[in-house]
Amino acid sequence: MSNPISAAFKKARAENRPALLTYTVAGDSSKKQSLDILKSISENADILEVGVPHNTPVADGSQIQTSAYRAIKKGIKINDIFRIVRDFKKFDKNKPIILMGYYNMIFQYGDNNFLSKCKTSGVNGLVVVDLPWPENKDFAKKCKKKSIYFIQLLSPTTTSKRLKKIIQNSHPMNYFISMLSTTGGKLKVSPREILKNYNRIKKINPKKEIVIGFGITGKTIGKLKSADGLVVGSAICKEITRSLNSRQNPVTNVGKLVRKLKNKIK
Amino acid sequence: MKLKKKIPVIDQGNSLGFWGGKFGGNFVPETLKKPIEDLEVLFNKLKKDKKFISERDKYFKNWVGAPTRFIKLENLTNHIGGAQIWSKVVSDANGGAHKIYNATVHCLLAKRSGKKIICGDTGAGYAGKMLSMAAKKFGLKCKIFMGAKDIARQKPNVKAMKKNGAEVIPVYSGSQTLVDAVSECMRFWVANCDTTAMCVGSTVGPAVFVRICGWSTSQISRELKIQLIKEFGSIPKKLKLYNCVGGGSSSFGFWNEFMDYDKKQVEFIGVEAGGPAKSKKHAAPLTYGSKIGILHGAAQYVNQNSDGQIEETESISAGLDYPGISPLHCFLKDTKRARYTAASDEEALSAYKLVTKFEKLRPSLEPSHAFFVALKEAKKLSKDTVVVINSCGDAYKDRGILEERLGKKYVKSN
Repeated sequence: MSNPISAAFKKARAENRPALLTYTVAGDSSKKQSLDILKSISENADILEVGVPHNTPVADGSQIQTSAYRAIKKGIKINDIFRIVRDFKKFDKNKPIILMGYYNMIFQYGDNNFLSKCKTSGVNGLVVVDLPWPENKDFAKKCKKKSIYFIQLLSPTTTSKRLKKIIQNSHPMNYFISMLSTTGGKLKVSPREILKNYNRIKKINPKKEIVIGFGITGKTIGKLKSADGLVVGSAICKEITRSLNSRQNPVTNVGKLVRKLKNKIK
Repeated sequence: MKLKKKIPVIDQGNSLGFWGGKFGGNFVPETLKKPIEDLEVLFNKLKKDKKFISERDKYFKNWVGAPTRFIKLENLTNHIGGAQIWSKVVSDANGGAHKIYNATVHCLLAKRSGKKIICGDTGAGYAGKMLSMAAKKFGLKCKIFMGAKDIARQKPNVKAMKKNGAEVIPVYSGSQTLVDAVSECMRFWVANCDTTAMCVGSTVGPAVFVRICGWSTSQISRELKIQLIKEFGSIPKKLKLYNCVGGGSSSFGFWNEFMDYDKKQVEFIGVEAGGPAKSKKHAAPLTYGSKIGILHGAAQYVNQNSDGQIEETESISAGLDYPGISPLHCFLKDTKRARYTAASDEEALSAYKLVTKFEKLRPSLEPSHAFFVALKEAKKLSKDTVVVINSCGDAYKDRGILEERLGKKYVKSN
């Protein structure tokens, strides 16, 4: 069976649009609510990235940090996250799920244990922010054995030589960081410039799916439509925070936001 | 795991930057790979460049003020009645602590790389103060990240940073101490690595920062070796070097030149912060058997829960209040070259009282931890044993805490 991640890209391509990837933090603002949020956005999102909250995140901006601290404060544990994924898959078994987090959490769980648990709960891909290439070679191989995509990150600072090597060794999907920023920074480069870099990467191997993330909001998403996929994370976390602060229901609000995002890339 | 002889410890990591195959490394976001590699290339070249070394030495001598004093603490020696007690008064250095060495070298490197801004983290405020001094000296703009809790408890250093023209950015996330300051500083670098150089304030962080800091603070042991030979004619037969350990920059620098000596001759004792006597929280991952984890880009022993969340620490001394520890010290512990233990807040305060009662020396709360263990052990040691404590910081920055805990006379009388 092929990985549902590839199927999601295929479907989006057939509809002549990029795949929409959302990022929400597991356990934000509670275990149940984060599951409900996943359910409410699954109609419009093609791939769901689920953040594994960590308390010393070196690449996340304030929005995602706020979500992560909120989830940790509520006592979220890794096993809860696997449960959320498993429960979600009962609701929508074909929707691909990617876990995104920092390596220490995986390391403490044990690489093999972690991947087995990913497999049984229905995780289809992994982004490990602080496990770059070539340090991730062994881990990526272990993922492959379990048919889980290990998603390589690429950045504007990645040299051409390095890009080639990473792409060569990569699984079918990779993640291009739009600019020099933590997550959720204001887009400080033009969409044209981002797409220029994106195309440079795409050219190396057009068969690899490349998604763009960091700094993408409702305002900018429409201008990046030509990519294989687009990730929106901080804008969603911000909406959760805003909803909580104004005593509104984050589940319906985030559902609405994702529908709007989807409409902008149709 | 084995320590090699005749190769500097900073250069004993493997190609991926791991000491002993498992400590250190580069667990960093992709964006930082290139700037880190650039810094590695630059540092590897310059540390062999005679011109660069003489430039460094010139600034160490004329600006930092090398060598710092090596003095016998006669009164304490008599009072304790055991080993001879000496101190390397590193707080003599410009700015009042060892952090000046790393800051100077990072600014020299930043200049060479053409960067105009330098950012850094700070706990006790010394790393930040020194970086602001060095940045001013070398014409760089300076941004310092500091936990909001530390800003409140280390005011004199904050004032100094601002006076030097640095922007002090308070960090409100997490425990609002050093661990959060380092995270925030790394995040800033992720977003600004094209224009900005980063100085990690201790022998922590991605491997190259561990190496640069260790290389810089080793000035301490280079000086001490000469001073010991001048004083005793040779390296004493029984020498014990006590140092506090937070991130581990001063202790590594204090020991580096003696690495190849047999530990029966030159013993290294690292003293971590045990925290308040009644609290379960501490900043002593080596002493209390913390597990290996990844923090700020490096694998190390670190205080964490079973899920891998980094745990909050507690210590009276902001400079030691860090949940992790340098990969270099993990390596020295596992190869058994150094011995590690901890002193509590109360023990550090008692040592501060004792030292200031007998000597004209005013160690900050960080080295007071080392003084406590050294004085306790010195009692049982023979008269021909030479105990040296690195007094790596001055207590001026601690006067608020000292006044609160010990009363006014301990601030005024010194």
